[in-house]
Amino acid sequence: MDDKNSVIIEMKNITKTYVVGLEEVHALRGISLTVKKNEYIAVMGPSGSGKSTLMNIIGCLDTPTTGIYYFNGINVSDMDDNQLAKIRNKEIGFVFQTFNLIPRSNAMHNVELPLIYGNVSKHERKERAKQALINVGLGDRINHKPNELSGGQRQRVAIARALVNNPSIILADEPTGNLDSKTGEEIMQLFEELHRKGNTIILVTHEEYIAEHAKRIIRIKDGLIESDEVVKNRNIYSVGV
Amino acid sequence: MFNQIKEGFFISFNSIIANKLRSFLTTLGIVIGVCSVVLMSTAIKGVDNSFQQGISSLGSDVLYIDKFAWFGNEEFWKMRNRPNITFEDYLKFKSLAKIPIAVAPQAISVRSVKFRDRTAESVFITGSTNDYLETTNFNFKSGRFFNEIESDGGRNVAVLGFDIAENLFPNLDPVGMPVKIGGHTYYVIGVLKKQGSTLLGSFNPDKQVYIPIKSLFQHFGLNWRSITIVVRAPNSQLLEETKIEAEQIMRQIRRLKAYEDANFSINQQEGLTKIYEQTVGVIQIGGLLITGLSLFVGAIGIMNIMFVSVKERTREIGIRKAIGATRRAIMIQFLLEASIISLIGGLIGLLLAIILSYVVNQFIPTSVQISAVVMAILISFITGILSGLAPAYTAAKLDPVESLRYE
Ligand SMILES: Nc1ncnc2c1ncn2[C@@H]1O[C@H](COP(=O)(O)OP(=O)(O)OP(=O)(O)O)[C@@H](O)[C@H]1O
Ligand SMILES: [Mg+2]
Repeated sequence: MDDKNSVIIEMKNITKTYVVGLEEVHALRGISLTVKKNEYIAVMGPSGSGKSTLMNIIGCLDTPTTGIYYFNGINVSDMDDNQLAKIRNKEIGFVFQTFNLIPRSNAMHNVELPLIYGNVSKHERKERAKQALINVGLGDRINHKPNELSGGQRQRVAIARALVNNPSIILADEPTGNLDSKTGEEIMQLFEELHRKGNTIILVTHEEYIAEHAKRIIRIKDGLIESDEVVKNRNIYSVGV
Repeated sequence: MFNQIKEGFFISFNSIIANKLRSFLTTLGIVIGVCSVVLMSTAIKGVDNSFQQGISSLGSDVLYIDKFAWFGNEEFWKMRNRPNITFEDYLKFKSLAKIPIAVAPQAISVRSVKFRDRTAESVFITGSTNDYLETTNFNFKSGRFFNEIESDGGRNVAVLGFDIAENLFPNLDPVGMPVKIGGHTYYVIGVLKKQGSTLLGSFNPDKQVYIPIKSLFQHFGLNWRSITIVVRAPNSQLLEETKIEAEQIMRQIRRLKAYEDANFSINQQEGLTKIYEQTVGVIQIGGLLITGLSLFVGAIGIMNIMFVSVKERTREIGIRKAIGATRRAIMIQFLLEASIISLIGGLIGLLLAIILSYVVNQFIPTSVQISAVVMAILISFITGILSGLAPAYTAAKLDPVESLRYE
């Protein structure tokens, strides 16, 4: 077993600058951040503050312009494309606002995909994908295509896909953004359960009541961390208005 | 790796099925390209077989002394002024030639041949002597060739080629029957077995009628025309010697001085082979051009459609990358898709070629070779891979974040 206090993410002075034409956009201006195992973090901030940019860098989808980033103690700041793909495949589970499922594939195949790219044998793959779908409450929707599922169910498929590789961390960028508040709350219950089972979660949200499900809230403004505090009164059971 | 290839197949089939019409249209170039390459190789094979058969009926050990050269660069008007080769030339030649095993004259007239209400139009009527038989490899279905008495006497006897006999006597043995050749009555004394060449056209023995040359002269008045002296060497090794001797004899008959050019030509089948090879070469180059062009068009089509496909699925590519697809995996996926589209085109083309070859078979004997099938599959697969390279590379190096933001 891993040490409960082991550090998963350690970022030092991360910046990200986009060059658009002649203009430079400083999406991140110097973020330092440490995330330990089984933390449950909400990232908040106004639109354009750099939340998604930060999540993409944490998730190794993007690389920082400057700064150092250790993931599980390994320096990933200057890894190449293939190595990053491997880390995304094995260590990271993404959940997006727009679900991002493959439209022509059914739930099963969508959840199987990370295992296919991870070269897991067919038998084990099917088992694990099925179990992941059962775990998110979709045991009876295995052969449905995304367009045959509700928004909440689609997001559950996406979560199952994020979980199926037993990643070190789950990154959810506005996972409830496209859902009504009741369905959003159900998804948050699912995250709560994952957290209790020992998963590490970072989620981005605009809603205070969603953020209060987390144990720690990081507020970002203009590419900098404005505040980083522990949540006193966690919103675990109540349904948001 | 294996999983990813399987995934690639899965995705490809999904996307091809989702875009049936588009995929089909894309493959047209490949269909035509593969179809033409297979048909071409099949037809050439067929023509080749038929030519080899035909040429062997001419004999590789036979010389034809003519006024005109069959091939070559000698100018026609110069040859026109040459003296005709006459029957007397033939007689002199025959008495002087030592090496040949047979020497025969040959004159040709084109006439209709009739039996009762059936007619064969524009038949090549070959007039010769009884010696002609020994210059050929004829086999008889029934009857015989004319003998010396019939030949010297200029009797009205005829030997029919296989096709002519079939045509005029569908259900009757022609031997002993009277036929009208250009209005004159001849009695059939023999019918040839099928010689089997469709390539030589009217020169094909199957489509000819043989009569004594004296009868030909008498009925069709070809005395003033040049005849051909057919000379058969004992074997093809002695052909060159026979030719040298023939040349000397002809110069002697024509009383040519050493410095004078020959005013006759000695032709042989070898020239025909050369012409044939040139013709086939031209056809092959033409076919190759058509094939190359349609494959090129096909490849461009596939490349185009693959670029569209990559564009359309930018977001999907982003998703796949986000969950751990490497560049190589994406590359494989799109290469597979391109080659599957192309392969489907190739198989359709092959099918089409096989069907068409049955049609062509009515004219030229063809048969689709295994090698052509393998070639078709290989060509279409390689074309697919090549045309998929650029789009697949584009897809593989897409930035995941950008792709995920793509609307
Ligand atoms: N690919 C890009 N090219 C140029 N600028 C970019 C790019 N991606 C993001 N930015 C800019 O970086 C800044 C941060 O963007 P980001 O998407 O991280 O914001 P966000 O906090 O996630 O906003 P939202 O809450 O609206 O999702 C914005 O000003 C955005 O315009
Ligand atoms: Mg965002």
